[in-house]
Amino acid sequence: MTMTDTPDPLLKDIIGPTPSQMLRKRVFGHQGLLIGASVVGLLLLVAIFAPLLAPHDPYAQSLMTRMQPPVFLGGDWNHPLGTDHLGRDYLSRLIYGARVSLMIGVIAALISGVIGTAMGVAAGYFGGRVDMVVTFLINVRLAMPVVLVALAVVAILGGSLQVVIMVLGLLLWDRFAVVMRASTLQVRGREYVAAARAIGASTPRVILSEIMPNIANNLIVVVTLEMAHAILLEAALSFLGLGVQPPTPSWGLMVSEGKNMMLFEPWMVLIPGAVLFVLVLAINLMGDGLRDVTAPENRS
Amino acid sequence: MDKPLLSVRNLTLDIPVGGGTLHAVRGIDFDLKRGETLCIVGESGSGKSLTSLALMGLLGKTIKRSADEMAFDGIDLTRANARTMRSLRGARMSMIFQEPMTSLNPAYTIGDQLTEALLLHKSVGKDAARARAIELLEKVGITAAASRLSQYPHQLSGGLRQRVMIAMALMCEPELIIADEPTTALDVTIQAQILRLLYDLGREMNMAMILITHDLGVVARVADKVAVMYAGELVETGSATEVFNTPSHPYTRGLLRCIPLPGKTERGSTLGTIPGIVPSLIGDVAGCAFRTRCPHAVPACRGEIPRHATEGHVFRCVHADGKRHAEEATA
Amino acid sequence: MLNFILKRLGLAVLVAFTVSFISFSLLFMAGDPAVALAGETASGEDIEALRKLYGFDRPMLVQYGEWLWSALRGDFGESYYFRLPVASLIAERLSVTMTLGLCGITFALVTAVPLGVAAAIRPNSIIDRVALFLSVAGQAMPSFWFGLILIVLFAIKLGWLPPSGASTPAHFIMPTIVLGYYAMPAIMRLTRAGMLDVLSSDYIRTARAKGAPEMRVLFRHALRNAIIPVVSLAAVQMGFMLGGSIVVESIFALHGAGYLAWESIARNDLPTVQALILVFSMFYIVFTFLADVLNAWLDPRMRSS
Repeated sequence: MTMTDTPDPLLKDIIGPTPSQMLRKRVFGHQGLLIGASVVGLLLLVAIFAPLLAPHDPYAQSLMTRMQPPVFLGGDWNHPLGTDHLGRDYLSRLIYGARVSLMIGVIAALISGVIGTAMGVAAGYFGGRVDMVVTFLINVRLAMPVVLVALAVVAILGGSLQVVIMVLGLLLWDRFAVVMRASTLQVRGREYVAAARAIGASTPRVILSEIMPNIANNLIVVVTLEMAHAILLEAALSFLGLGVQPPTPSWGLMVSEGKNMMLFEPWMVLIPGAVLFVLVLAINLMGDGLRDVTAPENRS
Repeated sequence: MDKPLLSVRNLTLDIPVGGGTLHAVRGIDFDLKRGETLCIVGESGSGKSLTSLALMGLLGKTIKRSADEMAFDGIDLTRANARTMRSLRGARMSMIFQEPMTSLNPAYTIGDQLTEALLLHKSVGKDAARARAIELLEKVGITAAASRLSQYPHQLSGGLRQRVMIAMALMCEPELIIADEPTTALDVTIQAQILRLLYDLGREMNMAMILITHDLGVVARVADKVAVMYAGELVETGSATEVFNTPSHPYTRGLLRCIPLPGKTERGSTLGTIPGIVPSLIGDVAGCAFRTRCPHAVPACRGEIPRHATEGHVFRCVHADGKRHAEEATA
Repeated sequence: MLNFILKRLGLAVLVAFTVSFISFSLLFMAGDPAVALAGETASGEDIEALRKLYGFDRPMLVQYGEWLWSALRGDFGESYYFRLPVASLIAERLSVTMTLGLCGITFALVTAVPLGVAAAIRPNSIIDRVALFLSVAGQAMPSFWFGLILIVLFAIKLGWLPPSGASTPAHFIMPTIVLGYYAMPAIMRLTRAGMLDVLSSDYIRTARAKGAPEMRVLFRHALRNAIIPVVSLAAVQMGFMLGGSIVVESIFALHGAGYLAWESIARNDLPTVQALILVFSMFYIVFTFLADVLNAWLDPRMRSS
């Protein structure tokens, strides 16, 4: 037997899985991400198909059947989660409420994402004066009490869904700017950016095809976190009576309406709040999971 | 005095990793007497630093350590509890690390950090500790020692910080000092100074010293004993003269060919290299780990490797002379 | 150090001015304060007279300048609703909000820091998982809902605590928990991450090599360094919490500055809202400024530069 007959066990094949295989493995090995994404996906479907899923019209009042308890408290299956103080079907309002929350979360995060990313990338890429101005604006924004300013502006402009979305979108860009600025700063110094500039690529081209793809993972994480933030804020504004106005089915509003009945019918507060909690929790789990999966070096 | 201060038999370190167990250090033996300097040489990743951390009891929790014997001045380190180890560390055995830039706590003054070990282990007052710190700072060649005590690490250069680290290790007059590549992070001009300092102080205080390095030039100048480490094993140990004059393991000879020796290496001739890469140590490792890079490898290298010992000079190779004579004949 | 403080102070002042300008213009765009002031039954002439009287017909910048000049002297005008000076109105309500804020941040720190340290000492242990769960859940918990649950449980069902008001220390327990719980997750995560980072550092190994006992290594050597960024975060959270007190105060009917803000917004009481936005941002600015100074003092590398 010569040395070449069998491969030496010390020279084991060390070719590992491909990057995409590794990513797939990390995604499917991450419980938080899987649970979060499935719950968010499910609620998204519920929101999209609300008209098909809701057993009743969420706005239909029926003074004959007010304050019916949910089935598990002795109610009947016609109103599985009971009815509110105006006799509206609670389950249907919850289902339509998912639309409100998700729409606010997604659109507000998109608006603030565009603003914040533009500012952050510009600050990180150009540095100098641009960076100074953006950093200053971030400081100013952080110093403004969000809840208070949002409440005041919504109160002035009137609490429609569009106004709430716009106000939140215009207020929540700070984290995008902070994170995108830091990521851009990190990427800007890399060799491939220098290489692209050396071959004469224009600034927009360098930003779009060299910088953006390399900071996109951080962007996605911030998008999820800000979605959750926007959803919570909308609920808080509506709860305070200065967000989305009745009779729109918003979960925060439902908690607020249930508050008066809290002494006798605590489920009217518990159910919408719990759904809100689950949605935000799922989005956060998804965001944390995405961060872990896309940045394996940060996993502890 | 003949009884060794430190003796190690069959020290083995296993690290659980994703796909099995990494056999990082396998069956290491050596003895060290008071006042002696042992140099452990080898490539990065050969397990030198892990070995020194194992002696100090500073291994990470996940690393499994086993040994037939690991005794320091009659104290069985394999069985010593955390409390005993603590009372030894910093007092009777101390360690100098590779990275002077990050090995000092940024939040405390040099003085606080220098006196800490002394205040912990000996019943001395603050003033006495300060005086000792100043004395040692002067000894390691730091000027204006008294005013340095109130400085913070970031105010000192790398060379100064390493001098502080040395002074810190010496505070309690340890019997054993382990220096893990103490000069790699420093400028070349400072490296020689620091090593000379360490060596002189070791002699002066009659300390046993383990110097971990991959710089054979250093070894030639300071070592009493040399241990050559490859992929977690000691392939050759012996007195410095024996290992340098009659290098028996093919790996040792390969290493020696990599350094130019004044008078021996001819002008214009190329320096030696060892082709190949260090093998993976995950999973079962049998036979000689060097066989994948060894010019004299034969099928028997995958089996049990005999140990050849003449007096203190020990090496492991299937060839009785490590093919030394064959190489010399062709040279 | 002095240089740093002065620079930081200059920035803080500039931020404060910008915030005041933005909030002023926001509310200016809001429409006609004279309408709100006159009430729903007022005639066109009444409104016009009021507009002249208060000077609402002048350009915005002039009005802002005037408002700022008065504000700098502590005069925020008169509340439309209470017909009292806004400054004294706010001053009167601030003690409740400050008490709540201090209790809240204290609660957050004394729970989150030990939990973060414990989690970092044994990563992936039960305590680490519990801490992680609490922080993830905490971030998703709508504070108004959490507050209502506490009221149902501890005030209504168990009857241990008063559901609303601010007359005794017991009244502050639930609001403190709700407000503090909001700041906990971030502080816990940062403490844990900082401790993990520091514990794997070379100087911790040095401390162990000196034979320092584990408690000394953990607290004197590790926590001392890991706590530095936590100080900044706590200050930022304190600023956010005072802004967030509006929700908590409305749930528990604590008549502090947050409650005043809520009432004033609902009543279109612009001078009060205006002043409160400025006061709350001043809190944030002052706290972050103090945190930066404290940070620089805690970190020798910043102290000497």
